[in-house]
Amino acid sequence: MTQDYQLDHLDELEAESMFVLREVAAQFERPAILFSGGKDSIVVTHLAAKAFAPARIPMPLVHIDTGHNFLETLEFRDALAERLGVQLVVGSVQATIDAGRVREETGAQASRNRLQTTTLLDTIEEGKYDACIGGARRDEEKARAKERFFSHRDDFGQWDPKHQRPELWNLFNGNHMPGEHFRVFPLNNWTELDIWNYITREKIALPSLYFAHDRKCVVRDGVILAHSEHLPHRDGETPEMMRVRFRTLGDLTITGAIASDADTLEKITAEVAATRITERGGRVDDKRSETSMEDRKKEGYF
Amino acid sequence: MSTTNQNSLLRFTTAGSVDDGKSTLIGRLLYDSKSIFEDQLEAVENSSRKKGLENADLSLLTDGLRAEREQGITIDVAYRYFATPRRKFIIADTPGHVQYTRNMVTGASTADLAIILIDARHGLVEQTHRHSFIASLLGIKHLVVCVNKMDLVDFNEDAYQTITSAFRNFSSRLDIPDIKFIPISALLGDNVVEASAKMPWYEGGTLLSHLEEVHVGSDRNLQDCRFPIQYVIRPQTDEARDFRGYAGRIASGVFKVGDEVVALPSGMQSSVKEIFVGADAVERAFPPQSVTITLESDIDLSRGDMLVRENNQPQSLQEIDAQLCWMGEEGLNPGVRYIVRHGTTEVKSMIREVLYKVDINTLHRNEDDKQVGMNDIARVRLRTASPLLADDYRRNRTTGSFILIDPGTNLTVAAGFVS
Ligand SMILES: Nc1nc2c(ncn2[C@@H]2O[C@H](COP(=O)(O)OP(=O)(O)OP(=O)(O)O)[C@@H](O)[C@H]2O)c(=O)[nH]1
Ligand SMILES: [Mg+2]
Repeated sequence: MTQDYQLDHLDELEAESMFVLREVAAQFERPAILFSGGKDSIVVTHLAAKAFAPARIPMPLVHIDTGHNFLETLEFRDALAERLGVQLVVGSVQATIDAGRVREETGAQASRNRLQTTTLLDTIEEGKYDACIGGARRDEEKARAKERFFSHRDDFGQWDPKHQRPELWNLFNGNHMPGEHFRVFPLNNWTELDIWNYITREKIALPSLYFAHDRKCVVRDGVILAHSEHLPHRDGETPEMMRVRFRTLGDLTITGAIASDADTLEKITAEVAATRITERGGRVDDKRSETSMEDRKKEGYF
Repeated sequence: MSTTNQNSLLRFTTAGSVDDGKSTLIGRLLYDSKSIFEDQLEAVENSSRKKGLENADLSLLTDGLRAEREQGITIDVAYRYFATPRRKFIIADTPGHVQYTRNMVTGASTADLAIILIDARHGLVEQTHRHSFIASLLGIKHLVVCVNKMDLVDFNEDAYQTITSAFRNFSSRLDIPDIKFIPISALLGDNVVEASAKMPWYEGGTLLSHLEEVHVGSDRNLQDCRFPIQYVIRPQTDEARDFRGYAGRIASGVFKVGDEVVALPSGMQSSVKEIFVGADAVERAFPPQSVTITLESDIDLSRGDMLVRENNQPQSLQEIDAQLCWMGEEGLNPGVRYIVRHGTTEVKSMIREVLYKVDINTLHRNEDDKQVGMNDIARVRLRTASPLLADDYRRNRTTGSFILIDPGTNLTVAAGFVS
């Protein structure tokens, strides 16, 4: 493969991401990896382990816990941090609610997704993190398609998409004033299929939720949601046993599952390659309006 | 056909004046190559209907920001990804509006190839010149000139020929070796993915087939060994107490285990002991790999230093002549000590002299007007607080490029090309 000094495209993406991660470690005083428990942040963590080997990853994993997470996600998170010997910092949305910093949404569309932003910004401020590495990818959503690798946030944590810094070559300008921070996206150029191919190639462990399994679900507005105590039933809804898997893992009240028999990485990759719907197609939060991702990102969302 | 491009990656960018059809072309390329997901298409159809349009406006696939959708223009670069059985593509769809030229440069700076669109009705305009010149300055070696909106000139061959000869005339003064011309209609899809039935006089291939076939691998520099040290890895754990690895990305050249190397700026010599990609030892490394290198002797290097070969070294420059592409909203101020970020170093600088500005339409030098403002391209002489290990940009995109940062605002105000 490397006979003619050509890298295949996964190697090229890996090299780019490792470069970005090392640049963060070199340019910032207190960087952190925002760890959601999903496959993308697991891949970021894997790349960080590679970028700094044989040393430990020189930054903590920060997890914003909505209190509505799948138990599997939390167990996986703890085991991973333990295995890599990295510090784990948890920001709790429940604590933000209890402190009266935000009010829980009510009503049929209630979710803690948007509340996370306050907890996230509080956690960043408390930890004095000047760079937060996320697993977002440009292919996920049209506002994300506009992201830089180093994305500047003002001292309110806000994104200004109309005035982004130019980003030339791979010369990342992380210079900032006290109180401002950067969001950094090492996976910007990866697609969902790249992620799955890479997970397969590198044999990266994932939470069991990504693989087809039998689970009680309710179908709401065409979206399959996991049955749980955090998901109040609406009239006429009865949970049903279904064979499903998740394409993304977020707050369980908004993350849609898909009906699937794919219970191995090979089958999942084949399924992803053939799919005609984007992975966020199942996310209730993106469907609120045409530019809901942009609006949330401006406020400081992941 | 050859399979040499299989699994290889082509990064390309769009360029050209506002409304020449860049975003529509990218939408069309994605649509006709079946790279659009159902929910994305549905969202675009809904938005188009809301705007009172009959057909789906494919530019909405990349114009994702609220302000862009309201104004019908592109403001910032959007990245899109697609693959055919023959190749993977990363597209940067950039804005044509002169006010957002900095975002065009952002998208083009990592591209191997640029597609310049020209409206068949209007021919070459100032932004066509500016973007073509910027592409040339950036060292983009492959250009595809798409004469677009052929449907609005009755698919007329003369209209096409007039524009291609005007462009040939202009581009003879550029430094772009590979230029290809294709007449298209981004709106209707002619010659984008499917060959056009309405232009039998055109005998070349479609845009997509050209993108699949163009060979860019040889554009890399495998001769001059340059390894800018990005980060020093010192685990200080029990298992790896004495490990000292130099992490970075190979800028150019091939490094092999056992190679004699020189560390700059100190000039100390050593040889390569091991090369790692992650935890895996490899025998050699080449661009654009990110690796960790250990040396046989215990010399102390840090970020900003560079490993090279004894008989092939970069220049060590403190007095630098360079082209600048100015992006700051405030113009160049000779009193400001701009920060130069070059490779893995950051150093203060002083602009000693503006030598000339480039007239974008004629490509002539203007030595009378030396006020450098937004979107100007100028040649300057600057002095840095300590020497830079640099090569000519034409030879080496990594060691020949830098940015200027305004120390007051932290904003990136210029792209620089050592030459
Ligand atoms: N008739 C015709 N109209 C076209 C064609 N290509 C684009 N257009 C129209 O031209 C207008 C501008 O197209 P865009 O794709 O937004 O142009 P752009 O180059 O991306 O513009 P900026 O990004 O703002 O610089 C839209 O109304 C398109 O529908 C074409 O081939 N034929
Ligand atoms: Mg556009």
